[in-house]
Amino acid sequence: MPRALWTHLVKDLRIEWRSLDAIISMLFFSGLVVVLFSIAFDPRGSFSQQIAGGVLCVATMFASVSALNQAWAREIRHRVLDAQRMVPAAGSELFLAKVIANFLFVTIVQVILAPFFFIFYNLHVAGNGWLLALVLPLGTWALVGNGIFFAALSISSRNRELLLSLILFPIFIPALLAMVQSTTSILTGDSDPTLWIKMLAGYDIIFTTASLLLFDVIFHAE
Amino acid sequence: MTPPAPEAARANHSARLETVSKLFGSFAALRQVSVDLEPGRCYVLIGENGAGKSTLLRILAGLLRPSHGHVRVFGDQQPHQVRERIGYMSHAPMLYDELTAQENLRYFAALYPGRECLSPVEVLRQVGLDPELSRPLGQYSQGMRQRTSLARVLMPVPELLLLDEPFSNMDVESAHQMVELLARFRQGNRTIVITTHQRELAAPIADWVLALHAGRVKSFEPGSPTL
Repeated sequence: MPRALWTHLVKDLRIEWRSLDAIISMLFFSGLVVVLFSIAFDPRGSFSQQIAGGVLCVATMFASVSALNQAWAREIRHRVLDAQRMVPAAGSELFLAKVIANFLFVTIVQVILAPFFFIFYNLHVAGNGWLLALVLPLGTWALVGNGIFFAALSISSRNRELLLSLILFPIFIPALLAMVQSTTSILTGDSDPTLWIKMLAGYDIIFTTASLLLFDVIFHAE
Repeated sequence: MTPPAPEAARANHSARLETVSKLFGSFAALRQVSVDLEPGRCYVLIGENGAGKSTLLRILAGLLRPSHGHVRVFGDQQPHQVRERIGYMSHAPMLYDELTAQENLRYFAALYPGRECLSPVEVLRQVGLDPELSRPLGQYSQGMRQRTSLARVLMPVPELLLLDEPFSNMDVESAHQMVELLARFRQGNRTIVITTHQRELAAPIADWVLALHAGRVKSFEPGSPTL
């Protein structure tokens, strides 16, 4: 791992470890979504198997946005971003470190949330359960990668929190669709999720590459 | 306004602004500013709020690009190409509140690969802070944050040092200590540019005083440095 990337990553993890801001807000929000959906829909019977994938993805998505909105807050405060722009290290390494850090935060939330999710929705996995260990990280990476990029893009905007949701959600739709469909396929065992997983992986490769290539441009924009 | 430097002297300047203007929408923050900055000199920028001092500094740092005109540093390079040789301190601390002073400095030192930086402990001592302080920066006083911020810009030993209101939030004694530190720093043939509203505090190291008014150079006069 390049030295600057590692330096940025350690810094982000250290700061989050001291405050736990992102993880606690995401846990609270996603927990609320799971509970509210379980109240709104009868979680018993086969219907819960059908909607559970969607609920999990939507809970992750909304929870992540609360953290993504704050992803650059520490850099904006006290103009730390200007100091970052003055160092010779590549901006793309800062971007990638932020994506990895936030990916880890969301994954921690998913790991904590998963048992409650299975209890609330009375779920049992009918398909290949291990595939969830592939689908959830791929979907989370798609969400976080785009989220960090567009959060940086909207830094100088007055309504940046609103703007992030407005840009991120439409662009995330293909990944969300693939994530929901593959999760539902795995839970119900009705169909083969392979195609959706491939689509998710393709989405990740394309958008991560594009973000890495474009990040320096938006990072050094006035 | 200073006359443009003769061709032979160009290679020897730290920074050169040629008819630089900066527009923010229809507002002109800088208008046709031409200045040469020589190595080993300290320039003090004065002027009322909105005169264009901070904009000028940010252009020299490469954080802003001029709308018109040219900026060259260290010969014929553009500021953004040689960021590692320029130190920029804003009136904001530009540091993380959640980390200690030493953690902040270690973090930034690691982002200067291939450049020999001063050690965080050494530079914190130089600015008069205890390097062993374990409190996060968010619990520091404004003056202590300002010193830590100065330590951050001094650490990579920049050849062009840009300080935006370095004496704000500082008591007079601390400001004098900072001026003495900057005087020692300048002796290494490094150029310092300071913007301030407290001209008398910077007077002991001011080789030149540049006054800006409404984005234009109002006067550019020699100072009377004592350090």
